[in-house]
Amino acid sequence: MNLTAPIDPIIALMDVRLTLSSDAGPVNILRGVDLTVGAGEKVSIVGPSGAGKTSLMMIVAGLEQPTEGDVQVAGVTLGGLDEDALALFRRDNVGIVFQDFHLIPTMTATENVAVPLELAGRRDALEAAKDRLEAVGLGHRLVHYPGQLSGGEQQRVALARAFAMNPKLLLADEPTGNLDSDTGARVIDLMFALSVEQGTTLLLITHESAVAGKCDRTIRIDDGLIVNGTDGAC
Amino acid sequence: MLKVAWRIARRELRGGVRGFRVFLLCLATGVAAIAAIGSLSAALTEGMRADARKILGGDVDLQLSHRPANDAQLAWMRARGDVSSVAQMRSLARTDDAHTLVEIKAVDDAYPLFGELRLSAATPLAKALGKQDGVWGVAVDAPLLLKLDVDVGSRIKIGDIAVRIAATIEREPDRAASAFTIGQRVLIGFEALNESGLVQPGSLIRYHYRIGIADRGAVETWRKEIDASFPKAGWRIRDTRNAAPGLRRAIDRITVFMTVVGLTALLVGGVGVGNAVRAFLQSRQATIATMKCLGASARMIFAVYMIQVMALAGVGVMAGVTLGALAPVAAVPIVGEQLPIDIHIGVYPKPLLLSVIFGLLVTLVFSLLPLARARTVPAANLFRDLVAPVRGATAWRDILVFAGLVLLLGGVVIYTADDRRLASYFVAGAAATLVVFRIAAAAIAQLARRAPRLRSAHLRFALGNLYRPGAPTGVVATSLGLGLTVLIAVALIEGNVSRLVGRGLPEEAPGTYFIDIQPHQTEDFDRIAGGIEGIRNLRRVPMLRGRIVEIDGTPVGDIKAPPEFAWILRGDRGLTWARTPPKTGSKVVAGDWWPPEYSGPPLLSFDEAAARGLGIEIGDTIKLNVLGREFEAKVANLRRINWNSFAINFVMILAPGVLDGAPQAHIATARADDPAIEVALERAVAKRFSNVSAIRVREVLARLQELVAHLAMAVRVVGMVVIFSGVLVLAGAIAASHKQRVYDAVVLKVFGATRRDIMTVFAVEFTCLAVATSIIASLIGTAASWGVVTRLMHADWTFLPLEAASTVVICLVVTVLIGALGTWSAMGRKAAPLLRNE
Repeated sequence: MNLTAPIDPIIALMDVRLTLSSDAGPVNILRGVDLTVGAGEKVSIVGPSGAGKTSLMMIVAGLEQPTEGDVQVAGVTLGGLDEDALALFRRDNVGIVFQDFHLIPTMTATENVAVPLELAGRRDALEAAKDRLEAVGLGHRLVHYPGQLSGGEQQRVALARAFAMNPKLLLADEPTGNLDSDTGARVIDLMFALSVEQGTTLLLITHESAVAGKCDRTIRIDDGLIVNGTDGAC
Repeated sequence: MLKVAWRIARRELRGGVRGFRVFLLCLATGVAAIAAIGSLSAALTEGMRADARKILGGDVDLQLSHRPANDAQLAWMRARGDVSSVAQMRSLARTDDAHTLVEIKAVDDAYPLFGELRLSAATPLAKALGKQDGVWGVAVDAPLLLKLDVDVGSRIKIGDIAVRIAATIEREPDRAASAFTIGQRVLIGFEALNESGLVQPGSLIRYHYRIGIADRGAVETWRKEIDASFPKAGWRIRDTRNAAPGLRRAIDRITVFMTVVGLTALLVGGVGVGNAVRAFLQSRQATIATMKCLGASARMIFAVYMIQVMALAGVGVMAGVTLGALAPVAAVPIVGEQLPIDIHIGVYPKPLLLSVIFGLLVTLVFSLLPLARARTVPAANLFRDLVAPVRGATAWRDILVFAGLVLLLGGVVIYTADDRRLASYFVAGAAATLVVFRIAAAAIAQLARRAPRLRSAHLRFALGNLYRPGAPTGVVATSLGLGLTVLIAVALIEGNVSRLVGRGLPEEAPGTYFIDIQPHQTEDFDRIAGGIEGIRNLRRVPMLRGRIVEIDGTPVGDIKAPPEFAWILRGDRGLTWARTPPKTGSKVVAGDWWPPEYSGPPLLSFDEAAARGLGIEIGDTIKLNVLGREFEAKVANLRRINWNSFAINFVMILAPGVLDGAPQAHIATARADDPAIEVALERAVAKRFSNVSAIRVREVLARLQELVAHLAMAVRVVGMVVIFSGVLVLAGAIAASHKQRVYDAVVLKVFGATRRDIMTVFAVEFTCLAVATSIIASLIGTAASWGVVTRLMHADWTFLPLEAASTVVICLVVTVLIGALGTWSAMGRKAAPLLRNE
């Protein structure tokens, strides 16, 4: 299966395979995936649990090395980069949003958002982080710790953090999985609004068809293979 | 990068020190122990330095054996400062019913030149020692009154004369200068001493001349001048730089020994530090992965957590140093009265700085590898549980840095120790022990994994707990093992030393020494001793004191002797001469003994071990100074001496022809199986010869035992710190696995296990672990005690099963109890909430 995007690919996967070893023997997670995503596209990934969605996303983020195949993201060929180079690549190109938020519990909302800016050496990291939080409607929660925030607020902080460096690509793994439907819908709207505003490409794993429907297209993964792709409107 | 790392680290630290309690306590305890020992030692040394003039009795002390200084020498001294003369010897103080050995000290009117002598009822010294009703007065240590059952005002006999006890001594300023005393002090005037008849040619008497020099800075010049004026005087000169060398050496040795135990406490604590850092980083996996997702490099992660660990270490170390610095203050009310010198209260930066360095280095050594591994935490961890657990390999670079730090720590320990040989043994032993326990832990886990499938579910679960991922096997084995090793080693060393000094006399050892027998008294002495039934092993030899001046042309001052043989060159040594080799206590192992009628150039027989240590070989010449006369003797043969026999032994025995004509006294030993017969002999000798003194070996041993008991108490206190650290580490390790235990307990309960079942499983697990560790610790601890006793103390070593077993049993009970406590609290948890979360 080969799904290509017509314009400026920001993600290009060619025959990507991933096999992990376990005590019970090797497990084939991805079995030959080809995927191209154009800059500015909003793509959702759907599929049953264990299909390989998250693994695909980790490979795109440079968090997992494929066993075989080529990976190019934002014009960078990820194969052969060492861990630190990959970290720098993520810092400059990729924002990630998790289902479990993964905020650092000992840091305030502002500090959490400032981390990638600080890592990039930005002197105005804290000021910029405050701006980002105000942009996601959390101007009144700047000095709150994650434990003092609701789930929706935490995910908004995570969104502010993910968008802090104006990434070319935003990866989101079930971003509403831990939120009620109303809150989830507001977070999704915010995410889409921010990605449109910043021209960010969006690759989103979701189980919710309504969320998937907001995307330009949806790809379905099953048993380590892309089984079909559709337009968001379908 | 560091600025950002510091900022992030500071924020992370807001999480508080909850997970770091054991870390902080371990570090603070170990550092406090080392800082306290160092500070106390420095406070004592400083006390000695500050009071050096009082302790020495002057700016310079000249010591001569057997004979006083001559008129020319005295005139020289008096022309250059104030002089106080003192003579010291051992003798008997007698009443009609009792007698006891006393340390006689004759003093002149100028005594003490420095410091204050305090007698009971504020009696002035001159009045106390003066003649009253034709009887000289003496001042004595208070315990002597009890020993002889007399009071102040009573009369006792010293030598040929009766003296009146005029006062008791409350404070003797220069007491610390005499390192080891057996009897009680008796202060007497010179005239009285002369009248007593104790001063005979060859008597074992030491004359001291204490000189107060107006210009204290000129001591070195003064020493050079007196050496140039009287090059062959044969005196031993000491100045205030080393006022009480014996005490100084004792403090140094005790300090080294205690520091070694203190360092062990810090090492045990280091294991706890490593565990805490590992557990902390484990709990921060998500944060580390998140930061990596956000673009943090591995170096940044390392820096962030290194900063946090070192910042916390700083807190622990500072707490420890503060506690340790207070040790001298705390020691004054506890032991101040029992010490012959003042504890000089103050802050001693050197030992404190050293303990800071040790604390920080130990933290670095034990946390480097966990920190290095934190770098490899994959960011992918955030997305899902991995199919395969991460097996992070440690990079070569980290292993090299780790090895460098270990070497640095070992190097600092050795370099800063007064006894570098002991410190080297300790470093090598501690490193080997840690490695052995790491290997042992892996072996225990492997054995548990490979054990045949057991029918008992309890045992199966228990063995499973020993090898499953995250099992505390390694941590418990190392912390428990290291602590237990030290305890067993200390228990066996202490037991062996106590046994050595407390077991009574070896079968053939003499029971009583008689000193100062004049040549004309020898026949009578032999007759009296031979006439008492039950007396055996009677030996009598002439004895003088002399000092080695040169070995093969090299002055002793230029010889760097190994510490265990330095005493031979230090001052006057006992010398004898003989026609035939000694029958007991030593045997000739190299060279030939001289013919009985030898009368050629001086020949010498030397102690074989000492000869080896000092580089002396057969044919070498040794220049001796005896009674101010210098002569050279050639080493004719070497003897292997059994010093533990308590028999009369001399490092040096001269051939006939050199000392025969010199004024000399005889020394004799005797033994009876019934101590009452020995007492009868002492009485008979005391009655016949007022100048001859008897020294009971049992009394010397009892005095030694007292000293050993004091030392043992000090070591035990530091040993307790090791146990405390061990228990802390153990409790920390068990607490770290608490979450896993709660989960295990819940799951077991869900599947129908009762509380008793669960307790049994955990009890079996901890018992297996504790027993295996105890066996290894016993082996290593026993080996260490053997090494210390036989190699460092040169004494016989015996395995003491009771001491070893009781230590092991106590340790087992403590481990299983701590384990059970941890498990008990785990069992109280309700299953449902935990399962819902899962």
